[in-house]
Amino acid sequence: MANNILIVGSGLAGTIVANGLCRQIGDELRSGKAHITVLGATDTHMYQPGLLYLPFGRVREADLFRDERKVLDERVSFHVDPATHIDVQNRTVKTKSGKSLTYDYLVIATGSRIRPEKIPGMTEGGHWFYDLDGARKLREALRKFQGGKIVVNVNAPHKCPVAPIEIVFMLRDYLVGRGLMEKSEITYTYPIGRLHALEPVANWAKPEFDKAGIKYETLFNAKEVDPKAKTITSEENSTLPYDLLITIPPHTGAQVIEDSKLGAGGWVPTVRETLLHENSDNVFVVGDTTNIPISKAGSTAHFEADTIIDNLASLIKEGCWARNYDGKVFCFVETGMNTGTYVWFNYTTPPNPGPPSQMIHWFKLAYNRLYWLSARGLL
Amino acid sequence: MSKRTKIDARGAFCPGPLMEMIAAIKLIEVGDELEVLSSDKGSAADIPEWVKKVGHELVGVTQEDKYWSIVVRKAK
Repeated sequence: MANNILIVGSGLAGTIVANGLCRQIGDELRSGKAHITVLGATDTHMYQPGLLYLPFGRVREADLFRDERKVLDERVSFHVDPATHIDVQNRTVKTKSGKSLTYDYLVIATGSRIRPEKIPGMTEGGHWFYDLDGARKLREALRKFQGGKIVVNVNAPHKCPVAPIEIVFMLRDYLVGRGLMEKSEITYTYPIGRLHALEPVANWAKPEFDKAGIKYETLFNAKEVDPKAKTITSEENSTLPYDLLITIPPHTGAQVIEDSKLGAGGWVPTVRETLLHENSDNVFVVGDTTNIPISKAGSTAHFEADTIIDNLASLIKEGCWARNYDGKVFCFVETGMNTGTYVWFNYTTPPNPGPPSQMIHWFKLAYNRLYWLSARGLL
Repeated sequence: MSKRTKIDARGAFCPGPLMEMIAAIKLIEVGDELEVLSSDKGSAADIPEWVKKVGHELVGVTQEDKYWSIVVRKAK
């Protein structure tokens, strides 16, 4: 019996699953007993965490992109033809070009996206770095910036949970480097009652912010932005003036998930240990797409993908389940332009970040290159 | 009749129960309820604090065996 594996989404999660499977089910692919198809929305693969460096001129745009066809194993059938409807009852996926594909196993890896338009005025009044266009505009805004009030505003939900802290520290170093910090004021806002979701990171960041003269306001969830008055107002009725607003906009999942009625907000209900779609034994969900209460981050996608690869390969080759996902997440944390730390945790082990060092910062810079080995399923 | 959505955030270190609730409340209709399960004792205090500050309605906080159930009704 052929095993037809269909992966919807060609971001990091979908790409790792496809490449990792090729390494584990090579015999089945060669003999025609298995086939892997990936549906993507674009023919390029972007290293999203690299966008953090772009506003500061510390990465070249070309280094963030690869041809997805070259990142994927040549045994994968890759189509730039995004899914428009997923029918898990009838095991069918419809695509933008009008094709209808069937599958034995489905992997949903449609990811998340920023939605600044969900906050009135944010698109007009805000800058962000979570997509290429936004990062370019922020780079330009920073070049023109000559001092004033900068608000770094964080909204829920968002991916890459440490990026807001990182941009603050990097911004501080950038302004100091340009001699503008004395003429500037950075105010960081965060949705919950501390500076970061991870309590140890919040506890570490607070004295660091105090030492660097960075202001902060917690329990702040953006309600609206007034681009003319240059103010941002929260659901909690606090209003902050700004000269430059850097925001991490709220995210949702992909439109196809909502259109297929697979989950509110584009997040698919997923069993946290098996990564199977609830009430399903042949539909896996990976990366930002799940509704699991866990960090939406590349490393989460990576460790989830590794679990799914093992289980799919085991189901196909040995007819049994291999292992459960333990909730592992690992994130580097840039603490300036020259230092960094890292944090890891899983469902049962709380996070405990170590002191920042230059060596970990260098390792993060190295990982910015090693990422492509992760995507290829080699690391 | 109001609909209730459950979020099982037990053992969730990041983004944690309050952040999950803030995200989820955006997806439900006014009058509907969210039930957040949290193994973090702090949630029994910080979720009601945020709910009061924003103007939603706290339906109840119940301590179960090793976790808390916090029910909130979206008021606006």
